[in-house]
Amino acid sequence: MKIDGGSTAWMLVSAALVLLMTPGLAFFYGGMTRAKSVLNMMLMSFAGIAVVSVLWVLYGHSLAFGTSGSDFLNNFIGGFDQLGLNGLLETATKEDGTGVPSLLFSVFQMMFAVITVALISGAIADRAKFGAWVVFSAVWVTVVYLPVAHWVWGGGWLMKLGVEDFAGGTAVHINAGAAALALALVLGRRKGWRKEPMRPHSLPLVLLGAGLLWFGWFGFNAGSQLAADGVAALAFVNTQVAAAAAAGAWIVVEKLRDGHSTTLGVASGAVAGLVAITPACAFVTPVWAIVIGVLAGVLCALAVGLKYRFGFDDSLDVVGVHLVGGLVGAVLIGFAGFTAYTEASDPGLFYGGGLAQLGKQVLGAVAVLVFSFVVTYGIGKAVDKLMGFRIASDDEVAGIDITQHAETGYDLGSIHASGVVSANGSTATVTTKKVEA
Amino acid sequence: MRLITAVIKPFKLDEVKAALEAFGVTGMTVSEASGYGRQRGHTEVYRGAEYRVDLVPKVRVEILAEEDDAEDVIDVIVKAAQTGKIGDGKVWSVPVDTVIRVRTGERGPEAL
Repeated sequence: MKIDGGSTAWMLVSAALVLLMTPGLAFFYGGMTRAKSVLNMMLMSFAGIAVVSVLWVLYGHSLAFGTSGSDFLNNFIGGFDQLGLNGLLETATKEDGTGVPSLLFSVFQMMFAVITVALISGAIADRAKFGAWVVFSAVWVTVVYLPVAHWVWGGGWLMKLGVEDFAGGTAVHINAGAAALALALVLGRRKGWRKEPMRPHSLPLVLLGAGLLWFGWFGFNAGSQLAADGVAALAFVNTQVAAAAAAGAWIVVEKLRDGHSTTLGVASGAVAGLVAITPACAFVTPVWAIVIGVLAGVLCALAVGLKYRFGFDDSLDVVGVHLVGGLVGAVLIGFAGFTAYTEASDPGLFYGGGLAQLGKQVLGAVAVLVFSFVVTYGIGKAVDKLMGFRIASDDEVAGIDITQHAETGYDLGSIHASGVVSANGSTATVTTKKVEA
Repeated sequence: MRLITAVIKPFKLDEVKAALEAFGVTGMTVSEASGYGRQRGHTEVYRGAEYRVDLVPKVRVEILAEEDDAEDVIDVIVKAAQTGKIGDGKVWSVPVDTVIRVRTGERGPEAL
């Protein structure tokens, strides 16, 4: 197949759209923290971009999408045959089998790895050592993300089994959500959690982030068709209506339960809908996409309360939105999956496919959930043991931005306008040695 | 001279200010404050979680007045700030020894 100019153009844009989701996530999460932690929160996402992009070129692509000599090993992990994107460079100029250069496919997938790592950071707001996070993200993408991406998309055992995950419900969202739960447990609760109202400091930032995520998600979902065609259009439409329906459903739940429909609810609901439609966006009709959106909006709105019941401080609701939303979408493929356009292995229960696909979907979701949770917990504990994952208690109270990064997000005060404020609130004095004449 | 301090509900500031101006008070200092009295804060529900908010936002108004005017000024503030519901705030006054207008160096009642 010749390189298809239209599809290649769309995929170049899609890769950029998916990249934009991570800065979008930084705003989405950053607005949700307290003012004293906004920079650290945003920085965790940007650090994810920096670390994962480089690792992806060095060995990430190869371990996710390469092959090794052993068929057995290839069920679980790629190989070392494409280190440094070796072998993909030729497709920049030559024709290959997909209509889109392999190099472009690789960079598109790179962006998925980037955002999956960044998603986890929402669970550990206000309290994680930055260096520990950087080390964690490098290890996590290597030991958890790359194998799971290989299982689901790279020819691994879930793919061979026929588990469907069009754009990352299992590989990205269930994976990140389970990892977030594990890391929230490793780091423990923030000081004052449940006693102080840790409300979002800037809802406009949250909405800005949600908007950027929504926009970028068209590249995430419709781009996952790897072509500019009808399935991409279906995924695009489904992405839009699922997000819209979920945003509406979430604030209805809020109105009934709390008496108010909130901005945070609209933003969280839209993201929950986007998460849920991600695995299913090419396998369901637009009407089913609305149903998935409504279910995701309702279930995720209720699920964000679980942390209070079970006492884990998943600070920005990564579990409630991404794990639960991902499960909703992944499992519903087993009911509403419909295979007119795509070559999905079996249609869902409502389309005459019986329970076969549903069983596969549940298996895939549970496998990724358990693997990600267990391994992430181990990595988190190891990092904590070796370098300490949590900042000092006093630093946490004073604010992670000033104590870890020597910056503040908002330089609004007239006395402390330099932004260099010590932990007790006094301005730092710059002393220079006086030279005696 | 007396320093009158009023801690009131923030949304009552405009009414208090207007009433004081109508009475003839020529200056005041206003600052944001937070605290609680007998009502002991309140609970808020957000994202399905109930929070106890101990420190409620308030506005603090400070006025320097002559001894003879002090009681009247206090009455004006209380009347304007009252809603009859819990959390209306408090007003108190303390004696002041010296007041100086920085620009001119005037002291005492002339500096008010």
